[in-house]
Amino acid sequence: MTAPTTAPTTAPTTGFGPELSRETVAPRAPWSAVLTAGQVLTIVDVDGNQAVDFLAYDAEDTSRAYSVQATLQGQGSVYLTEGSVLRTNEHDPLLTVVGTDVERHDTLGGACSKESNTLRYGHHTWSQHGCADNFLAELSKYGMGKRDQVSNVNWFMNVPVDPDGALGIVDGISAPGLSVSLRAERDVLVVVSNCPQVNNPCNGFDPSRAEMIVSAGTTGTQEA
Amino acid sequence: MTDTQTTSSTGTTAGARAHARAQEGTVVECGPTVPSTNHTGAPARVAPQDLVWAERVAGGNYTHKVLDRGVAVRLTDVQGDACASVLLYNAAEPFERLNVADTMKIQWQVYSGAGQVLLSDQGRAMATVVEDSSGRHDAVYGASSRARNEERYGDGQAHGPSPAGRELLVLAGAKHGLTRRDVPPCVSFFQGVEIAPSGHPVFTGSAGAGASLTLVTEMPCVLLIANAAHPLDPREEYVSTPLDVVAWRARPTTPEAPAWSSAPERRRAYQNTAEYLRARGLA
Repeated sequence: MTAPTTAPTTAPTTGFGPELSRETVAPRAPWSAVLTAGQVLTIVDVDGNQAVDFLAYDAEDTSRAYSVQATLQGQGSVYLTEGSVLRTNEHDPLLTVVGTDVERHDTLGGACSKESNTLRYGHHTWSQHGCADNFLAELSKYGMGKRDQVSNVNWFMNVPVDPDGALGIVDGISAPGLSVSLRAERDVLVVVSNCPQVNNPCNGFDPSRAEMIVSAGTTGTQEA
Repeated sequence: MTDTQTTSSTGTTAGARAHARAQEGTVVECGPTVPSTNHTGAPARVAPQDLVWAERVAGGNYTHKVLDRGVAVRLTDVQGDACASVLLYNAAEPFERLNVADTMKIQWQVYSGAGQVLLSDQGRAMATVVEDSSGRHDAVYGASSRARNEERYGDGQAHGPSPAGRELLVLAGAKHGLTRRDVPPCVSFFQGVEIAPSGHPVFTGSAGAGASLTLVTEMPCVLLIANAAHPLDPREEYVSTPLDVVAWRARPTTPEAPAWSSAPERRRAYQNTAEYLRARGLA
């Protein structure tokens, strides 16, 4: 499913040290990489309002998976923004948000799946492509599986919580070319699903491209 | 020799056996009632022969059970400082499990309470919250971790003075062959967190002593419960008091029940569960 392509070398730099790789993730495709501690992953919302579903694991022990609950326990908001630290289920820091062009990103909505689509929209959606299938396919490359798929981050996705507790995926607040940058705090396996959902506004009803730029990182940026 | 035998009753196998056997019947505050049919604290409408589980879980402790579908589980915050962090797994395929993100997102509601269906990652209803006198719950922050409890209280081990909810859930899951990898985000009952429009959490804590919540299983499940201080509990000291668990044979949600049709998303979740159970020969 993955169809990364090399982007033009004239693309702007991220300001996080020498660029090591730059790949475009096709609409609806998965992607993964192992980041070395200190490297920075910049995710670009190329065409605008494209949810990028994101999981991360300690590369040395993948049972230490990203945990939304541990992450939120370590900060004062249910949204991710600059300075947010993504944590494992054991509370270890995995990645720090060292830059974001979008005010906030979602932690609550989790991934779409063909199974949950049947509840959200009806059984007519069963044959559609969902993020869970992307995650499972990509995790399988690392000998990992369903038990490893936990609730994920949704970069560029807008999920407000109303005073009565109503929450939902609403029209996005991102735009073409906006990005978020994450510094690896240890060696981290990151797994991405460039969301294929077409039944709600998380991708503007039109799944589009994401760009993944890995930079070497800069010194002196610890503990943003 | 005679002197030794009289001063130490456990110096021989016979003495040790007698010593062990004499301990039965010791009255303690927390633990299971076995058989549960002897339990006297169930709702009056429940016939004693329908009871399948009665237990008082100590603060900072855990419990777990494999449950048939259609079992009602009533949790009670006995003294007002319980926090029941709950996980559910499909008993037949434990890699299908509670998904709190889907539970919130699919029902368009971040708060737990009566009528909420606890959903699996496979688009199925695992259990329904049928009664709730507390209204103070949290599915966003879940359970504490060992490392964070070490930072906050000095210790987070399962059998230490300030156990982390996750450590307790890990032990409960291990009794069913589950590993740390199998312990995802959970829902925590009896300690509330409200989310302000800005996204900031407001800890509302407990509704007080005696609050209860009842859920009914919609498929055969492994239920894990950790009773540990909520991760957002602002108190400097670790506070965790007993949780009562009483369960009885009841009925799963069926198409005639109002809950079945309470929302299209829930109806389809119940339908998916019914379809799964029928195919497996379980319903």
